[in-house]
Amino acid sequence: MTERETRKFICVSCPVGCMLTVHMEEGRIVKVEGNACMRGEAYAEAEVRNPTRVFASTVKVSGGLLPVVPVRSRSAVPKEKLFDIAREVARVVVEAPVKIGQVVLVDVCGTGVDIVASRSLEAEEKRAG
Amino acid sequence: MMTDIRIDVAVIGAGPAGVAAGIGAREAGAEHVVVFERDWDLGGILQQCIHPGFGLHTFKEELTGPEYMHRWIERAHGAGVTFRTNTMVFRMEEDGSFWTMNPDEGIQHVHAGAVVLGMGCRERPLGAIRVPGSRPAGIYTAGTAQRFVNMEGYMPGNRVVVLGSGDIGLIMARRMMWEGASVEGVFEIMSWPGGLRRNIAQCLDDYDIPFHLDHTVTQVHGKDRLEGVTVAKVDANKKPILGTERFVACDTLLLAVGLIPENELSRMAGVQIHPVTGGPVVNQCLQTTRENVFAAGNVVIVYDLVDWVSAEGYKAGKNAALFALDGLPKATRRFDVRGGENVRLFSPQWLSDQEDATIFLRVTKPIEQRCRVTADHGLFSKTLRYARPGEMNEVHIKAEQLRMLPPDVREIIVDVEEE
Ligand SMILES: Cc1cc2nc3c(=O)[nH]c(=O)nc-3n(C[C@H](O)[C@H](O)[C@H](O)COP(=O)(O)OP(=O)(O)OC[C@H]3O[C@@H](n4cnc5c(N)ncnc54)[C@H](O)[C@@H]3O)c2cc1C
Ligand code: SF4
Repeated sequence: MTERETRKFICVSCPVGCMLTVHMEEGRIVKVEGNACMRGEAYAEAEVRNPTRVFASTVKVSGGLLPVVPVRSRSAVPKEKLFDIAREVARVVVEAPVKIGQVVLVDVCGTGVDIVASRSLEAEEKRAG
Repeated sequence: MMTDIRIDVAVIGAGPAGVAAGIGAREAGAEHVVVFERDWDLGGILQQCIHPGFGLHTFKEELTGPEYMHRWIERAHGAGVTFRTNTMVFRMEEDGSFWTMNPDEGIQHVHAGAVVLGMGCRERPLGAIRVPGSRPAGIYTAGTAQRFVNMEGYMPGNRVVVLGSGDIGLIMARRMMWEGASVEGVFEIMSWPGGLRRNIAQCLDDYDIPFHLDHTVTQVHGKDRLEGVTVAKVDANKKPILGTERFVACDTLLLAVGLIPENELSRMAGVQIHPVTGGPVVNQCLQTTRENVFAAGNVVIVYDLVDWVSAEGYKAGKNAALFALDGLPKATRRFDVRGGENVRLFSPQWLSDQEDATIFLRVTKPIEQRCRVTADHGLFSKTLRYARPGEMNEVHIKAEQLRMLPPDVREIIVDVEEE
């Protein structure tokens, strides 16, 4: 007998947040319903195989206008690694000035994805002026 | 020392609305355009919104708040917009002129051909929602906590309860989890979430954070530091149900109970404020009831997508420049907009027949089936799969359509109806 399964996800690829119903047979997707665009199908595929999310946090800065600077994973990373990534990113300290897009951590937790700064931050002296 | 300065277009606030207004004003031909910002930094509230989710419409990719603003600020510099940071606008006059204070330049009196208000909104504090108990340390609005964590590098606590399910609270629940805190639950007094459904999924469900609808905090406990809260289920009238109270231990309570447009200055200028939106009454040109004062962004109505804030900001800046240059077409007919039964709030409140219009509206309660957003007189109709209070809907009307309406039409009703 074929093994059938239906799973439900909310697509988080855009603010619409479609409710997806995913019909599966033998662990394979046969049909996705509820998506208003094609990205919903790609999302369902990823949710079934390897759910991923973009990680965003801050890292410490020495000598910067602010004590921390925001960072993000350049692209989505496996969801199950988010907490490992959070711990690793928490150990990073960068030196000011920081430039937007600058890599602060290469290949985080073996995901092949870099952590990059998501804003520029000047060194401390400038704030006084 | 006190000086007078004269410019073409002045913008108050350098958030997404103000930055785009500066660009719009320059691109419409205004020579001297200055954006005044009280913070040392440009970008407004978006600098603390470090999560991705911004700019899908504008840039076709999802950026974090600071990345989104970086692009707009670069564009503004390119367009020749002047920024004055560390400059607080503290008073506005009925003629539209205003007073600024800056540590280096002291007090200045700014006279501009037209002004764009872009002061944004602030969060509703605990005082506004009447929860009994003392006020121990550990109670913050979600946005204050967001600023602490994302800009000051300081964690406000380890065991968190969130009251209200606005997007900022949901985003902060996930943020605090990632930083190692535990989140005991999110409690929402309404029967539906305040924020976007995707934020329920990616901020709460992903981390098994309990989400309780029809619940509220009835008491806060603790003398110096918060020790816990009492939560209870509420009935249809939003009154706590006796016997459903329970104690939840926590050292931090985050409030995500809504945003209020920031309009002290608008009031000083004599601009009419709408009782429901809390923002200035405007037309589709974003012109307030003072013809030389325009307004855009969250100071007008709380938007849920920053792309719309930037687009409206640009439009306000453009029209302010046209006004200052005597090129803004005057309305020959005027239509008042009214909300139908299912509409809680909307903006703009009136339309001139000179410009295409977009009306943004929110429904009173969720309609979880196919429905139709409409403007009467056959002006607009669009089918929707659902309509929810947390997500704005739009009505588009062309200037030509308005001009063709029979002469006795003075009112346009927008509504959302089940199909
Ligand atoms: C805490 C918080 C978090 C938010 N998070 C999100 C989110 O995650 N996603 C989202 O889409 N939307 C979010 N929003 C909504 C967000 O406000 C809008 O998307 C957008 O930032 C609104 O832009 P704005 O330019 O209207 O206002 P703001 O970004 O608030 O900018 C207003 C600017 O005006 C300045 N200003 C105010 N008064 C004066 C004065 N008197 N003199 C000089 N300058 C002044 C302020 O300093 C500020 O820089 C959030 C709002 C808040 C309050
Ligand atoms: S399916 Fe398309 S429209 Fe629906 S949430 Fe996903 S990306 Fe957005």
